Amino acid sequence: MTVADYAFYAFALVAVAAGLLVVVARNPVHSVLWLILAFLSSAGLFVLLGAEFVAMLLIIVYVGAVAVLFLFVVMMLDIDFAALKAEMAKYVPLAALVGIVILMQLALAYGAWEQAEGALGLRQAVTPDLNEIHNTRALGLLLYDRYIFLFQTGGLILLVAMIGAIVLTLRHREGIKRQNVLAQMYRDPAKAMELKDIKPGQGL
Amino acid sequence: METIILFAPLVGALICGFGWRVIGEKGGQATATALLFLAALLSWVVFLGYDGQPRQIPLFRWVESGSLATEWAIRLDRLTAIMLVVINSVSALVHLYSFGYMAHDENWKHGEHYKARFFAYLSFFTFAMLMLVTADNLLQMFFGWEGVGVASYLLIGFYWRKPSASAAAMKAFIVNRVGDFGFLLGIFGLFYLTDSIQFDTIFQAVPQIAETSITFLWTEWNAANLLAFLLFVGAMGKSAQLFLHTWLPDAMEGPTPVSALIHAATMVTAGVFLVCRMSPLIEYAPQAAQFIVFIGATTAFFAATVGLVQNDIKRVIAYSTCSQLGYMFVAAGVGVYSVAMFHLFTHAFFKAMLFLGAGSVIHAMHHEQDLRNYGGLRKKIPYTYWAMLLGTLAITGVGIPLTHFGFSGFLSKDAVIESAYAGGTAYAFWMLVIAAAMTSFYSWRLMFMTFFGKPRGDKHTHEHAHESPMVMLIPLGVLAIGAVFAGMIWYTPFFGDEHAVGDWFGTSILMHPENNVLHDAHYVPLWVRLSPFIAMLIGLALAWQFYIRRPDLPGKLAANQEILYKFLLNKWYFDEIYDFIFVRPARGLGRLLWRKGDGAVIDGSINGLAMGVVPFFTRLAVRAQTGYIYHYAFAMVIGIAILITWMTLSGGAE
Amino acid sequence: MISADISIVLPEIALAIFAFGALMFGVYTGKDRTAPLLIWLTAGFMVALAFWLGVGATGNREAFGGMFVNDAFARFAKVMILLSAAAVLVMGQDYMQRRDMLRFEFPVLVSLSVIGMMIMVSAGDLMALYMGLELQSLALYVLASIRRDHAKSTEAGLKYFMLGALSSGLLLYGASLTYGFAGTTVFSGIITTLQAGDMSLGLLFGLVFLLTGLAFKVSAVPFHMWTPDVYEGAPTPVTAVFATAPKIAAMALLARLAHDAFGPAVGDWTQILAVLAVLSMFLGSIAAIGQRDIKRLMAYSSIAHMGYALVGLAAGTAGGVQAMLVYMAIYVTMNVGAFAFILAMERDGRPVTDIRSLNMYSRHEPLKALALLVLMFSLAGVPPTVGFFGKLYVLRAAVEADMTWLAIAGVIASVIGAYYYLRIVYFMYFGEEGETLDRRMPPVQWGLLMASAAVMIVGVVNLFGIDPLAAVAAQTLVR
Repeated sequence: MTVADYAFYAFALVAVAAGLLVVVARNPVHSVLWLILAFLSSAGLFVLLGAEFVAMLLIIVYVGAVAVLFLFVVMMLDIDFAALKAEMAKYVPLAALVGIVILMQLALAYGAWEQAEGALGLRQAVTPDLNEIHNTRALGLLLYDRYIFLFQTGGLILLVAMIGAIVLTLRHREGIKRQNVLAQMYRDPAKAMELKDIKPGQGL
Repeated sequence: METIILFAPLVGALICGFGWRVIGEKGGQATATALLFLAALLSWVVFLGYDGQPRQIPLFRWVESGSLATEWAIRLDRLTAIMLVVINSVSALVHLYSFGYMAHDENWKHGEHYKARFFAYLSFFTFAMLMLVTADNLLQMFFGWEGVGVASYLLIGFYWRKPSASAAAMKAFIVNRVGDFGFLLGIFGLFYLTDSIQFDTIFQAVPQIAETSITFLWTEWNAANLLAFLLFVGAMGKSAQLFLHTWLPDAMEGPTPVSALIHAATMVTAGVFLVCRMSPLIEYAPQAAQFIVFIGATTAFFAATVGLVQNDIKRVIAYSTCSQLGYMFVAAGVGVYSVAMFHLFTHAFFKAMLFLGAGSVIHAMHHEQDLRNYGGLRKKIPYTYWAMLLGTLAITGVGIPLTHFGFSGFLSKDAVIESAYAGGTAYAFWMLVIAAAMTSFYSWRLMFMTFFGKPRGDKHTHEHAHESPMVMLIPLGVLAIGAVFAGMIWYTPFFGDEHAVGDWFGTSILMHPENNVLHDAHYVPLWVRLSPFIAMLIGLALAWQFYIRRPDLPGKLAANQEILYKFLLNKWYFDEIYDFIFVRPARGLGRLLWRKGDGAVIDGSINGLAMGVVPFFTRLAVRAQTGYIYHYAFAMVIGIAILITWMTLSGGAE
Repeated sequence: MISADISIVLPEIALAIFAFGALMFGVYTGKDRTAPLLIWLTAGFMVALAFWLGVGATGNREAFGGMFVNDAFARFAKVMILLSAAAVLVMGQDYMQRRDMLRFEFPVLVSLSVIGMMIMVSAGDLMALYMGLELQSLALYVLASIRRDHAKSTEAGLKYFMLGALSSGLLLYGASLTYGFAGTTVFSGIITTLQAGDMSLGLLFGLVFLLTGLAFKVSAVPFHMWTPDVYEGAPTPVTAVFATAPKIAAMALLARLAHDAFGPAVGDWTQILAVLAVLSMFLGSIAAIGQRDIKRLMAYSSIAHMGYALVGLAAGTAGGVQAMLVYMAIYVTMNVGAFAFILAMERDGRPVTDIRSLNMYSRHEPLKALALLVLMFSLAGVPPTVGFFGKLYVLRAAVEADMTWLAIAGVIASVIGAYYYLRIVYFMYFGEEGETLDRRMPPVQWGLLMASAAVMIVGVVNLFGIDPLAAVAAQTLVR
């Protein structure tokens, strides 16, 4: 057991425990916080695998952006999660039964896990030799060369998501005054103002 | 020519039935009648010019299935020629007669078109009957057999507004099914044994059949006897013989021309024709032949007794028909088929005439059919009276004894009775003689009650009684000629010595070399030859006594012998017995199957499924659709759990 | 290499570029005012693409290392998808325009969704499969709630999205299990490893999860629960989209996955599909009886019809795939006609979905009633309509694959299902006199309704020759 092994078990345990707590936590804000912990642990696992770039991405994008967004949303929406959970609690025995059944099945499957002959070879055949090139570059090679098709399809999906977000939320309300920065900047005191000289005691 | 004879009525039926809207009702009637007269004329040409050589005229291929190969062919021999004449002549005359009889009918509302339909049915019937008698094989015959059944059904139930007419039509059809079942079994049996339904093939195979035994209903039978019996069961149904006779009197619900054509002259004789046609088989089936004699004789007696007391003019003649058919079967059963055909031939004329005459009376009396409301009509409708008188003389068998001079019925009936004696069955002989006396009685009773004495019943009707129009009287006249002379003209070929008969009939009927009945019949004792004439005289005398001299006697007798009178009036309670034995249990069974089997089990299960189980699941499915996402997700997860558990257990892995 | 690959995915790229162009055009010109024009342009472009695909390319070509397959099967499915999408697009234009919910994004989203479907049917890799599926689904989620001011529409979109996410999760889980076993996500690689060795339990689970993920998309029982709610809640033109093209794509993908990736495990997935088929046929038929809303009714109807298509797949033979393709073609044609009618169901300008509103419809609109009668007979599978032959094909395929019980179940279910189709006919011809529907029907809808009904009758002759095409398509898939 090296330090790396200990670290792996530590990160793995924390990741699983945090994942569980995300689901069972009573307070949704706590759930999001547990989620952040799970992301962090996963990032640690990536570092252990030598994929520093992915680890950093995870921290910056997921922890830094996504999870914080989640937190905002949860706090803004003010959903009564307790009531929802109470409704669902009725089904806990049945759900537990189903869960246990699936878990047992999966345990059975993993217990007798085997992989096809040559599966390892196939797996390694895809990745470039990490001894020769840096893993970030390898990632780039895979994404932009080998899996360019999937990458572009992913782009399309994001486009759809963007369109969807706009379609579903953008509203052109009539009669709303919007700030026009350029108009403000080009505004000239000479045009905007008129000086009147008013004699005292006369009025306009 | 034969083809024209066969298809002219069909063409007439089609044109009249479907085309009358185009050519008008009158046009349709005229077309059908004209075509029928053409067929009748050609029939006489064929009959008189027939050279005795049997011929087969193939028309087209019909059924080919496995070893069953059947052509549609006309089989022309003496039997067919005789039947052609009988059918087409009577049918043509009945068509003509119907012009007058059906002209105004109270059963139809004003403006309803029924005449073309009636004529189309009549022509269709004629076609079916022709098909029956020209058949070259059993299937073709059966086709015609059922065709006349359908036509009979349609015509009996022609007044479909009358419930009794509909009921009678159904009764005729259903009772005939019993006979047809036997007929079909017989056909199946013959096909089973000979692998053919062609008459020629079957007839050649008959000697072998007679030596074969066959298992039927868990019993060993002689094949020839069994098959002959089964075929005769079919004949019994169609010819209204005892036990299957009950439909014939009820069939009088149909219009009178129908009764004359179908239920007197042609269709009911199909059974006799069948037995004669199958004579090669009957000759080898002695037990079956005896059975035929027994049934025929009993029917002749039974129907005559019932005829004694009936009050409906048409029913009297109907029972008379039933009785005369018994005569024919006796002749066929003892083995003198020529005599059976003889009586069939003469009977067609005088019985058709009696019916048409009765129709004329009914027409004159504004559809009054009860004898008790007639009386003294001699003066009012003289032509009808004379025609009926000739018919009565014919049916009762008036003639000069020991000679060949007499009305047609005299010659043919005496021939039957003498044959019955020669056939060696005393039972049949005595039954027929007694029946002859009764025939005479009820026929004269009908005459006396209708045309003599004082008018009874509704005065108004009697005052307005009128002679029928010419179109109705001409057929009566033509048939009267036949009734008077047919017997004398064709005595020799039908009942001459063996050679004359043999030459005339050729191969169309077969008489076994050991069958000497025809020969013996000419040498019966004198008293036997006189007996029918004496019986006739006794009947006449009694009738005169009862209905002319002492009109009060019948009532007294009926009061004295009430049990006997009721017994006869109710036709030996056959209908009641059948009702008790067959109809009610069948209805009960039907009701049981309908209520319990159909209603409860089948409808119950289907309806239960359709209205109980399926909606139950529908409600369940609709209720499962709660609208909550987590329910939906839950359903998916449960589905997965079940699927993977199943996959684990079913061991798809290995 | 890359140019050769691109030439193979050229139709998809063309459609994508068209979608970008349409989007830009819409944004920078008249916004929603351009929508009718864009709809017709998109539909025309799709028809042209279908023509190109149907007539142009031949042979069996792979791109991007087997990730994208262009073979006869894919082309058959793509032509069906493009044509049906074009039909439902033009069909809904009038409806949306008059209700002021026609957005210029509508044709763009449909185009993008169709690209996803085309990728799905061409997928030769689990990853491509997933990307296509998500592209297709995401666009549809948005479409479902495109009427964002309408509670039912947004609810439908949200439900569809949530459950779709769950099903995607299941699918991904199955994909990762499969990858864990096979070491590759390419179908040809999976099938090679399967041919080499035994089927492990883990891989079997992977198969089950993959199938359930796709079963959700074809709305097979018990993964169907979203269908009625989403069909009802979504605007009717969008429902018409849901009921047609995506079903073809998902069904074709299911066939490709089953045969191309898991061909040697035919004994396993036929069992699963058979069970799904039976459940779908029965639940679709039984639950539809309780529906008064014609859109919900059509939802259950499509569940049942997917059951029948699955019967063809469950046979596990080339004949079964052929029957499935023919069935889907017939199904889509029928649904285009049916939705063309449903879109025109309105009273005083307001859409009506209650089937009782069809009372005595035949008296006022005999021709349209007759067309709908033909379609309903065809949907129910009453001979001599084409729908009957579709059912006959799949049931025969099941019988030939020694799954007679499945065919019998199909027959029983079709008897039950006939009830609710015939009830609509009953309302139209024998119902009580009530308030009548508007007589108005845009020419496009009228034309599609009549064409679809005519196809149901005329197609009996030789099914317009799609049978041999489907046979060729099935042959390329099942080797």
